[in-house]
Order: sequence, then structure tokens, then C-alpha cells
Amino acid sequence: MFSTRALAFSACVLLLCAFVRGGAVQARGQGRGDSANLERRTSAVASQLRCPVCQGLSIQDSPSELAVQMRGVVRDQLAAGRTPEEVKQYFVEKYGEWILLEPEAHGFNMLVYVLPLAAVIAGAAVVIVAVRRWSRPAPS
Amino acid sequence: MNWRRALIAGAVAIPIIGLLRFGLTRDPRAIASPLPGRTAPAFDLAVFASGNGTFAPTRGERVRLNDLRGNVVVVNFWASWCLPCRDEHAQLSEMSTRYANRGVRFVGVVYNDVTANALRWIDEMGGQTYPALLDPGTRTAIDFGVYGVPETFFIGSDGTVASKFVGPIPASVLQQRIDSLLVAPVP
Repeated sequence: MFSTRALAFSACVLLLCAFVRGGAVQARGQGRGDSANLERRTSAVASQLRCPVCQGLSIQDSPSELAVQMRGVVRDQLAAGRTPEEVKQYFVEKYGEWILLEPEAHGFNMLVYVLPLAAVIAGAAVVIVAVRRWSRPAPS
Repeated sequence: MNWRRALIAGAVAIPIIGLLRFGLTRDPRAIASPLPGRTAPAFDLAVFASGNGTFAPTRGERVRLNDLRGNVVVVNFWASWCLPCRDEHAQLSEMSTRYANRGVRFVGVVYNDVTANALRWIDEMGGQTYPALLDPGTRTAIDFGVYGVPETFFIGSDGTVASKFVGPIPASVLQQRIDSLLVAPVP
């Protein structure tokens, strides 16, 4: 009788332990998942921000001390619940639009997007006109 | 049809010359700060060197920008490894003493440096007349949009950033910028 009770008690304790451990492992796994997700989001935002002490590198790609610290700011702000747009806006407020590797498509910045297209169209027009002129039969 | 060729050449060359003129007359490393005209980023930093001026909070005490409201504040970002910082140190110390009784507070914020090196540097420079503050993780520097040292910010008594100077600041510029923030300049 006593041994049956003891067995039942031991089984309950073991089950409880297994349950608690399983929960902890799941929480750790979730923690790792959250951390990996935060790193992914940090890297996505950091790739869009220009390193102020480098030549055309993002703060994600630069090994400089300032870039590392700026990545830390990105990570902290994302962890605090700010959206990627809000984090980018924070850096724009501190360093101006210069900090964005891809300038926003508005105002004077539109030139960056429109000029290459205009140049291609103008070039194509020149080529077409020239080819037509060359292929025209010479006047007899 | 030479005039047509000249017109086309002009139409192509003038914008290119304009672009070159725009690009070649600018410092590619300079980043225009959006801060002037805006409220200065608040900071709350620990003192690691009190300085020997009238505004000398003790080591470990915290200096908050909000507590300095009502004063003109000159915030200088510097480092012991920064050679140009040596060139401006004397005038910063001198002006800090000169304007101490005029409601002007100077603070030095150390940028990416080791405290021991910064303390040694201050000693080597013969001390300084304003407190030096630690900026862990360079958070305050990033808040001010700093991208190198030295950089000096001038904050009006209402807490608004008036201007920023990049590089070793000459005494005349320092004086002129402070005077412009005070009602009456120092004689």
C-alpha cells in the first residue's frame, strides 16, 4: 500500500519536473527565436543607414566603432517596440536624409530616380535618329 | 547648321559643368546637421573630471542638459586620440572662464575614449575650466548627430540648438557664436 502511494507520488513529481523543464526549454527556444528575429530586423534597418565615417558603406557592413554603436541604437529601439520606419526617422532627425543610403523619392531627390531614366530615353532617341539617318538611301 | 550643334553641345555641357561646380565646391565628408533650430537632445551624463572653473560638479555627479536651461550651453565633443582637439582646448578653457558669470556653461563630452587616457590628456593640456562627461555607448553623440571630433554645439538659453561647428573652433568664432546668443556681448 505504502509502496504504491510512494510510486504514485514519485510519478507525479517526475511528471511535474518534466512539465516544468519542457516549459523552460520552450521559453529558451522562444527567447532564441525572438533574439534571432531582432537581429534580422536590426540588420534590415542597419543595411539602409549610411555609416557617417565610411565611404559608401552601411552601418551593417562597416566594422567602425561608430557603426557598431549605431547598430546598437537600432537594436535597442527595435527591442523597445519602435517600428523600422520610426528608427530610420530617428537617424534622419539626427543626421539628415544623408543618412539614408536610398534617398526618399520626393522633391530634389526625385532627380536621382528620374535622371537615369531620362538619360536612357534620350540616348535611345539619339541612336534611333542616327540609325534612320544612316540607313536612308543616299540622294542620287 | 553650326548653331544647332552649338546649341546641343551647350545643352549637354552646361548641366554637366553645373553639376561639377556643385560637387567640387562641397566637402564630401561634411554632413549638414538638421539640429539647428530644434530643441537640443536631452542628456544626463556622469562627470569624470570636474575641471577647475566656477561650474565644477564633483566627479560622479550627473549633469543634465535640462538642469542647465536658462544658460547658454556650449557642448564640445572631444577625445584624447583626436589631434585637432588639442588645437581648440586652450580657447575653450579660456572662453569658459571669460563667460562663466554671463550665464554660459561649457561641458566637454568624451567621444569613444578610455577614461584614463582622457584624464591623462586633460592633465597634459594643463587642466580645463569646465567639466568633462562620460558618454557610454556614444549614445549622446549619436543623439547630436556627431560623426567625428571635435564638434561643438551652441545651445541657446531656451534649449534650442543654435549652431554646430565641425573641427577645431577658432577663438573668434567661439566668441562670436556665444555673443550672438547673449543679449549683450562681453566688452
